[in-house]
Amino acid sequence: MSDTHAQTVSYVRETMLPEAEPPVGNRGALLWVRENLFSGWLNILLTLVSLYVIWWALAHTMPWVFRGIWNAGSLSECREIRDATLPEGTSAACWAVLSDRWQQLMFGFYPRELYWRPVLALVIFLAAIAPVLFSHMPRKALWLTAASPFVMFWLLWGGSVWFPVSVALGFALGWAAWRALAPLAGTLIASIVAVALPVVYWLYSAGTLARELDQAMPLSIEYVPSQDFGGFMLSFIIGIAGIILSLPLGILLALGRQSDLFIINKISVGFIEIIRGVPLIVWLFTASLLLNYFLPPGTNFDLMLRVIIMVTLFAAAYIAEVVRGGLAALPKGQYEAADALGLDYWKSMRLIILPQALKISIPGIVNTFIGLFKDTTLVVFIGLLDPIGLSNAIRASTEWNGIYWELFVFIGLLFFICCFSMSRYSLYLEKKLQRGHN
Amino acid sequence: MKKSVLFGALTVTGLAAGAAQAATLDEVKERGELNCGVVTGLAGFGAPDANGVWEGFDVSVCRAVAAAVLGDPTAVNFVPTTGQTRFTALASGEIDLLARNTTWTFSRDTDLKFDFAGVNYYDGQGFIVPTELGVSSAKDLDGATVCIQTGTTTELNLADFFRNNNISYEPVPVETNAEAQQQYLAGACDAYTTDASGLAATRATFENPADHVILPEIISKEPLGPLVRHGDNEWGDIVRWTLNALIAAEEYGVTSANVNELAAAPGTNPEVNRLLGTEGELGAMIGLENDWAKNAIAAGGNYGEIFEKNIGENTPIGLARGLNAQWTNGGLIYAPPFR
Repeated sequence: MSDTHAQTVSYVRETMLPEAEPPVGNRGALLWVRENLFSGWLNILLTLVSLYVIWWALAHTMPWVFRGIWNAGSLSECREIRDATLPEGTSAACWAVLSDRWQQLMFGFYPRELYWRPVLALVIFLAAIAPVLFSHMPRKALWLTAASPFVMFWLLWGGSVWFPVSVALGFALGWAAWRALAPLAGTLIASIVAVALPVVYWLYSAGTLARELDQAMPLSIEYVPSQDFGGFMLSFIIGIAGIILSLPLGILLALGRQSDLFIINKISVGFIEIIRGVPLIVWLFTASLLLNYFLPPGTNFDLMLRVIIMVTLFAAAYIAEVVRGGLAALPKGQYEAADALGLDYWKSMRLIILPQALKISIPGIVNTFIGLFKDTTLVVFIGLLDPIGLSNAIRASTEWNGIYWELFVFIGLLFFICCFSMSRYSLYLEKKLQRGHN
Repeated sequence: MKKSVLFGALTVTGLAAGAAQAATLDEVKERGELNCGVVTGLAGFGAPDANGVWEGFDVSVCRAVAAAVLGDPTAVNFVPTTGQTRFTALASGEIDLLARNTTWTFSRDTDLKFDFAGVNYYDGQGFIVPTELGVSSAKDLDGATVCIQTGTTTELNLADFFRNNNISYEPVPVETNAEAQQQYLAGACDAYTTDASGLAATRATFENPADHVILPEIISKEPLGPLVRHGDNEWGDIVRWTLNALIAAEEYGVTSANVNELAAAPGTNPEVNRLLGTEGELGAMIGLENDWAKNAIAAGGNYGEIFEKNIGENTPIGLARGLNAQWTNGGLIYAPPFR
């Protein structure tokens, strides 16, 4: 301190004041409100208008929702109850249609005493998908994942256990052929045999084997035909089967499109462009209408299976392009580095290229899956009773003729829950992988 | 080589489908189940109930045929079809019989290669208007706005009707019946036009049905009936005469309540005796058991009973018999003699 001030200033503070709280209007919620909602006359106006619009919308819908009537046998009964209990002119939802028909909306015409089977199948699906989704689960659990499609198929459709078992044997056969031939004859021949052998087996001996095993050791649960499937169960089955099957197929197509092998390259390009260039609804009509003419009469090629195949092919074409985007985004050095390590094509793809490419593609892949799941409602046009189709059927019964909003609100809510969880998971995955690599 | 032979064989069998399907009856008997195409849901005519059991006016035809052929009205595999898929499903053999409020037209019968087994409901296009409009005839609708589903024959019928009567109207195009209902109730149009049975079903769902009136004019012919594939006349006969048996049963007073009693022993009416198989061998002529008609009638009652139960005046749909009364009551429902 100099002396200059000693004469003019009688007291000088030598320590800092403790930091004071900002004034009430400049901190916490109030500050946020002021900055974000009321920061100028235009914003004040817009905020007030928005608040009014929100209030107006809620004031008109919420009483309708919460005054809703849950216990009634028909729409007219709903109206009677409403007129008896509420003042005249008030509207109220008739949720009774849901309490009456929710089982149908969820399971279609699946036999009521067997509802535990689709539920158990869903539980198995969630258990089987967990090791794939969350990497901290034990790796051994992936074996359960591999077995789960067959278990789920058996639970849903029932019938003899030996049918899914004999189909599964085909995959084991292909895998064994690949393991046995790859060191001897090279990967190309091994891959061809690994594909051809199971196909031949499925065409010619799987059916006989299943029948004979069934005669030797009958073990079956009640068979449920595809016609009885409906509601959200149908959407889930088509959606989940499409998602599971289209991802590997899409990855293969993307690799095929990048491949130097002329025929594989052109087949992949042709497949992707043709499938992607035609609307899904056209493919569904093809599945339901045209295929019938080409198949020999009397063959009953299950409509649901045809739809699953078409939806899978459609989604695979999209996935292929999404994955190709990921592949193209990788620097060339990554490919060269994989070659320099002496890895063969499949190993370099599996260990170096795909993990990085797929990481980049996650948002696109999940986006495609969400779209695929919602597109399952298109099957209503070919006469499958998905939730939308069932809502029409429910409306056609004399009790519930004339009911609209309640059903659509319910269906929309369920679809939203599914799609929202998928998008949340993709965000989680992106964050996790981000941390792992940076 | 082998593969091309296989594909060739598939194509040939595909082309020969029409010929190979000549014995639908045998196929149905072997399968033990009738594949019957129905609507995905139309009030009164076909819809699944809360337990997934299909019910309705058209559905009853399926059940009657199943009862006649297999002796069991529940041995039906219902295949829901849409307006687009119904004809392919039948032509390709996915279903044996289509009972789905389908209008009998020239081109469907000939060009599409189907056979209509008869008419189970005579429908026609009508109008609904609010009572407060004070209109008692469609001819008073000069200058009215009319809600109409686009791309249907109803649109053409409407234009014809107004041109013939030299009055003007303003169409309000809507896409579906559901949308039409909302538009009509919201007052977007003075009148709504579609098939009269559909109007009745729609009116029944309104909060105050009495505030709306269906005008007496019917401006088009829509004979609805079950149909089968062209080329299998034996099967067509079975469906045709099952429908006729239901109609004749009403005429002769055979109901689901008394059919077992009447079929137990020959009665005084020889026609009833032949119908129920206590006299003659009519069943054998169409390749069925002699009690085929008895089973068909026992399944859901005679034509009149089916009508009353599903769409009649005591149901919310509340359709009067009108054209669909027996010919003895001034309607068009008429069965050829069982002889």
